[in-house]
Amino acid sequence: MLVCISKTPDTTAKIAFTNNNSTFDTNGVTFIMNPTDEWYALVRAIEIKEQLGSGTVTVINVGPKENESIVIQKALAIGADNAVRIDATPDDAHFVAAQIAAHAESENYDIIFTGKETIDYNGSSIGGMVAELLNLPYISLANSLQLINTTTAAATREIEGGVEELEVDFPFVISAQKGMAEQRIPNMRGIMSARSKPITVLPPKAVTEFTAIIAYELPPARTQVKLIDPEHPEELIRLLHEQAKVI
Amino acid sequence: MSVLIYVNHNNDKIKKSTFETALYARKVAEMTNTNEVIAVSLGTISDSSLSVLGNYGVTKVLSDTNPLFDQFDAAVHSKALAKASQEVGAKTIVLSQNSNGKAIAPRLSIRLQAGLVAGATELPTILGNNFTVRKSVFSGKAFADIGILTPIKIVSLNPNSYPVVKGEGTAPVEAFNSGVTASDVKVRVKEVKTLTDSVPLPEAELVVSAGRGMKGPENWGMIEDLAQALGAATACSRPVADVHWRPHHEHVGQTGITIRPNLYIAIGISGAIQHLAGVNNSKVIVVINKDPEAPFFKAADYGIVGDAFEIIPKLTKAVKAFKAQNG
Repeated sequence: MLVCISKTPDTTAKIAFTNNNSTFDTNGVTFIMNPTDEWYALVRAIEIKEQLGSGTVTVINVGPKENESIVIQKALAIGADNAVRIDATPDDAHFVAAQIAAHAESENYDIIFTGKETIDYNGSSIGGMVAELLNLPYISLANSLQLINTTTAAATREIEGGVEELEVDFPFVISAQKGMAEQRIPNMRGIMSARSKPITVLPPKAVTEFTAIIAYELPPARTQVKLIDPEHPEELIRLLHEQAKVI
Repeated sequence: MSVLIYVNHNNDKIKKSTFETALYARKVAEMTNTNEVIAVSLGTISDSSLSVLGNYGVTKVLSDTNPLFDQFDAAVHSKALAKASQEVGAKTIVLSQNSNGKAIAPRLSIRLQAGLVAGATELPTILGNNFTVRKSVFSGKAFADIGILTPIKIVSLNPNSYPVVKGEGTAPVEAFNSGVTASDVKVRVKEVKTLTDSVPLPEAELVVSAGRGMKGPENWGMIEDLAQALGAATACSRPVADVHWRPHHEHVGQTGITIRPNLYIAIGISGAIQHLAGVNNSKVIVVINKDPEAPFFKAADYGIVGDAFEIIPKLTKAVKAFKAQNG
């Protein structure tokens, strides 16, 4: 199994930009493993391995060397067996997906996991792109995954107002979200053993970028909250109708 | 030259998100000096249901009613959509960033070697060969302008980001043969379960949400009454879903679902940053909380400081009175 993990700013990070709003200001920002990659994709892969009593969980990250200490070591401490880092800056979804696909092509993974989306670029694109590049089935936004037998898995996928129950044969790509697994905190043994697990560093493949970030902008600050007398909630209804025009 | 959209439909009905993409595509067509907006519909639906797309700026509908499409497999849908795009020479393709769009758009991006902006919030800016689309990033805390560098562009539009105004006209519906066969289907849909009878949360324009301040699941009756009076969907915060007071599909926030309704009413929710990440693109936010220091008030447009158990019944009464008057 391969789990794609990404580095993102911590949930509570202050978002600011520099260089004339062209660059994310990383000053004072703590980085973490993207939550849905860690809590759902990685943990479910490890659970499946534990259940089978066999198999390997490899994590892959496209990013600079510092990502080894920020995200890769943690993934190994939680229970991944080994890691691959593609030594490149992940600026474009197609670029990242093509790096992952290039590695996965020769490795015959049975399942390739991603998280639902990263909390920085919120694209939800990597899983689908990897699947198409490798010509594999893709289950997006899955909140459960069970193995039925050695060839087939069952999954549920969240859709608007409902869920789909699916079956798919290996190999496939799946994006994981809440419900798939529970967060695991690495224990001391995991942290110690992570140090001796192998990290393979590969140079990036030449890939055309499809998109480029031109500029960032912070949303206009919300105007100060207008407080309404709790004795007269009908005033709220009037304002929502006449002023905000939403009802 | 044309702009193509993907039609989301269910039970012979087109979803509102498709009308948003149709009107968005109509505007892009005008900006790129083409008149053609072509809608591609896959699966079982009547021509009469499709022709209403003409009211939203679509000039022609291509419909492949092969029932294979009724059970969703992103690979099959993107293959058919790519074929239609190539046949009509589409330069821009617009989808909705919903559960199907999130699965199809990235596959289509690879098939057509076309740059994708996933989660667009505004019309593109087009200057010569530069095609830039604004999207929401950092979980709603900022916007980024993304340039698409490829000749074909794909825009996946965030739901509720583009206004729907019904216009005139009908669109001719032509049969389209995508050439997809049963052997293309790899994901087998066994069952589709509906979890809600009302408006699905991601598509709702009005949402009433409640948190731990409600003290227990037995107190949700008044939340549901308010939602019903407004015609709103109900949602909840993460702690409430974690202790099973409410089902998980109602959980909005960073690890739950992201919504951007016109109106979000948060009752007894303090407004942790993880919760805000799921709702801060809502157009109008109302916060009702007994703690005047609750951080949510800083993100709110309107607020009421007070006891929800006293305020909500009064508010529901006021909504009913308003509805009675304004029909």
